[in-house]
Formats: sequence, C-alpha cells, structure tokens
Amino acid sequence: MTDLSIPPNTGRPVTLQDLAGDRNATRPDAIFRNGAKAAGYLVLVILAAIAVSTTVKAWPAFRSEGFGYFFSDNWVPSKGQFGARSIIYGTLIVSAIGLVVAVPLSLGIALFITELAPRRIRAYITTVMDVLSSVPSVVFGLWGFLVLRPHLKDIYNSIADAVSGIPVLRSIFGPSLSGQSFMTAGLIVGLMIVPIITSIVREVFQTVPTNEKNGALALGATRWEMVRGVVFPHSTGGIVGAIMLGLGRAMGETIAVALVIGASPQITSNLFGQGEAMPSVIARNLNEASGTYQSALIGLGVGLFLLTILINISARMLVRRVDRAKGT
Amino acid sequence: MSAATIDAPTPGSDASEPALKNPLESSLSSGRRWRNRLASTWMILSLVVAAIPLLAVLIILVAKGFSLVASVDWWTKPIPTNVASNALSSAEAQDAFGNTTGAAATTAVVYGMQPAIVGTLLTTGLAALLSIPLGIFAAVFLNEYGGKSRSATVIRFFTDVMTGVPSVVMGIFIYTVWVLNFEQSGRSAFAGGLALACLMLPVVVRSTEEMLRLVPDSLRQASAALGTPRWKTTTKVVLPAAMPGITSGSMLAIARAAGETAPLLFTVGVVSSTHFSLFGQNTALSAQIFSNATQPGGESIAWGAALTLIVIVMAFTLAARFVSAKFSVRVDG
Repeated sequence: MTDLSIPPNTGRPVTLQDLAGDRNATRPDAIFRNGAKAAGYLVLVILAAIAVSTTVKAWPAFRSEGFGYFFSDNWVPSKGQFGARSIIYGTLIVSAIGLVVAVPLSLGIALFITELAPRRIRAYITTVMDVLSSVPSVVFGLWGFLVLRPHLKDIYNSIADAVSGIPVLRSIFGPSLSGQSFMTAGLIVGLMIVPIITSIVREVFQTVPTNEKNGALALGATRWEMVRGVVFPHSTGGIVGAIMLGLGRAMGETIAVALVIGASPQITSNLFGQGEAMPSVIARNLNEASGTYQSALIGLGVGLFLLTILINISARMLVRRVDRAKGT
Repeated sequence: MSAATIDAPTPGSDASEPALKNPLESSLSSGRRWRNRLASTWMILSLVVAAIPLLAVLIILVAKGFSLVASVDWWTKPIPTNVASNALSSAEAQDAFGNTTGAAATTAVVYGMQPAIVGTLLTTGLAALLSIPLGIFAAVFLNEYGGKSRSATVIRFFTDVMTGVPSVVMGIFIYTVWVLNFEQSGRSAFAGGLALACLMLPVVVRSTEEMLRLVPDSLRQASAALGTPRWKTTTKVVLPAAMPGITSGSMLAIARAAGETAPLLFTVGVVSSTHFSLFGQNTALSAQIFSNATQPGGESIAWGAALTLIVIVMAFTLAARFVSAKFSVRVDG
C-alpha cells in the first residue's frame, strides 16, 4: 500500500515554495517546454527562409529586367528576355476558370451534405470528397493529357464553329490546336479545388443556428428560401474565405496544369488557346535552366509565393472570424 | 400542470435532421415550388458532376495500368530506358504490355518500376520521420503551453498560411538552399524528403493540435494532482489519449506527400536503376508519371506508375480513416 502518513508538522504554514519542488525536478519541464517552443517557431523560420533564399537567387533577374519583369510580355529565354506578364496572365485566367467551375459545385455539394442528404449518406459523400482530394495532381494531369484532351479538342472546335459569327464570343471561344488550353487547365484545376472549398464551406454552413433555419421553415419558407434567407447571409464571410483559399490552391497548382496548358506564353482572349502559367513554367524548365534564366524562373516562384501568402492571409482572417463567431 | 399535456412531443424537433419535409409544398405557388426543386437539383447534380471525373479517372487507371502492376517485373525490375526507340521502331511495343513475345528486330521492353517505388518510399519516409515528431512537438507547444498567448496565435496563424503555400515553392526552396550548394550530388532522396517535410509540417501541426484540443482537461488535472510534472503529463497522458487522431492526421499528411510531384522535380534527380541510399540521385513514382506522360511510348509506364501511386496513397488514406474510426472513442474518455 502507498504511504499515506501525514508529513511532520513543522509549525509553519505551507507555502508555494514547498509545493514547487526542487530545481532539479523542474529542469526537464523547462527543457521540454523550450524544445516544443522551438519546434513551434520552426514554422516561422521556414517561411522566412523560403522568402529570403528564393529572393536572393531571383535577384539577378529582378535587377536585369527591372519593372519589365512584371510588365513586359516577351518571355524568350534564348534571347535572354524575361517578361512575365503573359505567364502571370495565364495563371490568373486558369484560376478564374477554376473558380467558375468549382464554386457552384462546392456550394451545391456543401448544401447537399448539410441540408438535403439523409445522415447515412453524408458519410459516403465525405468519403468521396476525401478520395477526390487525395488523388495526386499528376494523376489528374495524366488523365487530362491522355484521355480528356482529345475529346475536349473536338468539343472546343465545334463550339468555336458554332459561335464564329458572333462578335464577342468569337474571340473568347476560338479554335483549339491541340486541346491543350487555358480552359482544359481551368477545368482540371476547378475539379481539384472542389474538395477544399467544399470542406470549409460545409463547416461554415454547420455553424448556422438550427433555430433560425427551423424558424424560416416554420414561417412557410421552402428549403431554398431558407437557404437563401438564413444560411447564405450567415455564411458570407466564410464562403468568401473558402473561395480565396481555393484560389490560392488553384494558383499554385503545378503538375496538372503543366501537362495540359500547352507551354506557350501568350496573352489572348481565346480561352481555347494555349498558354502558360507560373508554376508550370517553373516545373518544366528549372532543372535545365542556368544563369539569368534560372533566377527568372525562381523569381516567378517568389511572385507565386508572395501572391499565395497574401491570398491565404486574407482568407484565413475571414475564415477565422467565422471560427470565433462559432465560439470555439 | 396542464401545460405538460399541451407540450406534446414536437414533430421533427430533432436538431440533427435539418432536412424537414415541408408539408405546405403542395400549396406553394408554382414559381416557388420550381425554384425550390431547381435548387435541390443543383445540389444533387453538383455531387454527380464532381464524382463522374473521379470515377472516370479511377476506372481508366485500373483498365490501363492493371496488367503492368500485376506483373512481378513491375515491382522488381529497373525502369526501361528503351521504350521510346521501341515505340518508334515497331508497333509491337503497343500491345506488348509486359509480356512481349520476343520480337526479332527490337529488344523486348521489360516494364519495371522498382526504382521509383523505392524512391517514393524513401522520400516520403524521410519526410514523415522529419515532420511528424517536429509537428507533434510544435502542436504540443501550441496547445499545452502557448494557449492564447501572442506567440502561439501568430504561429498558429502562419501554420495555416503555410498549408496554402504551393508545393512547387517548397521544391524551389530546397533547390536554392540545398541542391544548388552541392553541384552534382545535391539531388538526392534526402533533398526530396526535405522538400516533402516542409510540405507536411504545417498539416501535421494543425491536425495534431486539433486532436490535443479534444483531450479533456480533467485528464491533465488528474495527472497534475498526482504531482506529475507537466512534461510527463503531456507525454504519458495527453499524447497517448490523442494518439489515434494524431496517427490518422499524420497518415493523411503522408498520403498527400506521397502523391506530390512538384517538390521532387528539382530535388530528387533522375535514375533508372534502384537506389536504396538516401544520398545520390533517385527518382519517384510521381516524377516518372510526369516525365513519361508526354514521352512517345511512355504512356503505359505512366499509367502503371499512376495506378501504383494511387494504390499507395489510397492505402494511407483509408488506413487513416480506419484508425480514426476504430480508436477515436478513447478521446471522449
């Protein structure tokens, strides 16, 4: 049995010092705490190291190209011209198409899970989303390049034929050479960011008070009217945050885009035309590049890093406000 | 009180069942009814539209890759280097698919993928060894020591932000700080593992912290009341209680890292024979898919590698779900 004897009465009240134990006993605690703290700060150190090391390597390109780096169109490595505007344009167009595809799908799925689906089915849908998000980017890229591209080329060209007489549409939906295009890349990126937007939006929807939803239904609202009148107004901030997180993902999407965008930097309104995006031009060329070309590619990485960091910071602030409202 | 009899059980008051059937639907104006139906159709269609490509990908992967992956050569032989010449010189390589009947003019292609499978396991394994202990430590700081302090809030926020940093940036990072400093020997499974570890770290930190938060404070208090030092409470009480959740979160992070290509492109290098060493050039499944996808004759290799990769990734994903479903009860304890 354990010793339950009462300690000898020293005649003075027990102080905190008595309870704290001796120094040797608390030292492991201090070591453990500081070790954990160091691991925590590691995240900040890595982020800072990414910013510094990549900027240093990219500096020669920034210096030799000046502002032209971001504002000129000529990306001709063989002539030493590095104007990234057309590549930045490609990234923006592909992400925009991706969002146009992904946002309605994600909102629909999230609503289906929270408002429509019987509870037993919900688990299956979550599994489908998990599987979708775990399919590697390169596998989607492979599928897009080998399977989807030939079909899409035919579809693109018949659309282009159909609208060839209409002034504005004609320039947006032009003919496609190979099926590799902004649109193909955008469609695949859109599919790939559906799971992340869905999972965040779903969490946001789940914070909508059930009382208010039932109240709307009790007043005779249809389910859709309840969603529009109660669920959406409650979730605006969270939805915007989720969309921005999806945008960050879409901009950084590398391998799938590299396979299906066509690798020819150009600014064109033709969504069915070939283009180039920031991460994919890096992925394809950094290994062989040297000198200014190498630092120009790393410079694109710096731009991508800063862009996604900015987007993520603002998105996290929006989503965090929702978290706080939830009271966690 | 008579109120008790009036307060009959309210129909459909179950809070977890939001899908209430609207009894008035039949008396709705047709416009409202149609809009409601349209919205429901949109919700269901969204799921179908998202699931179709997923199914298409999985089916075609199995259809195109199975015959390769099912052969012993695939797991034991080096990556063929003569597929391109074969594809150009004879059509037999097209229907060869693993068992060439020995064409006279061309050397038979033996489809093997062992180097890339080993490379993927090496890089991902190293990344897991580096990032999971560090990530758990960081999460312990955030949840057990940091709490709502300023430093913890900042770290937590930037960990979230770091999960959004594109994977290709991690590749460039390791390329600039590691590969470029070692000339030829810079590219290795070790460098690839470093890049994947950077990618995994924030995921592990955040998922572990979520799990630590679920451990009830009463456990910590009970341990502290016995005079246990804090570090011992953390390692012997809190972490074991959260272990199923931490395991499943870490496995999801591993699954994600195993499928990554972009961080490996500039860091692992290229080989076609098996290297078990962490140093020296290596290769990975994802890199093989990427390079073979656009190469003439490389298509079947790419499909086979993709199926292999998916099998590895899915195994980790499903194992993670299994672990969290089977053992997570303990957290409520």
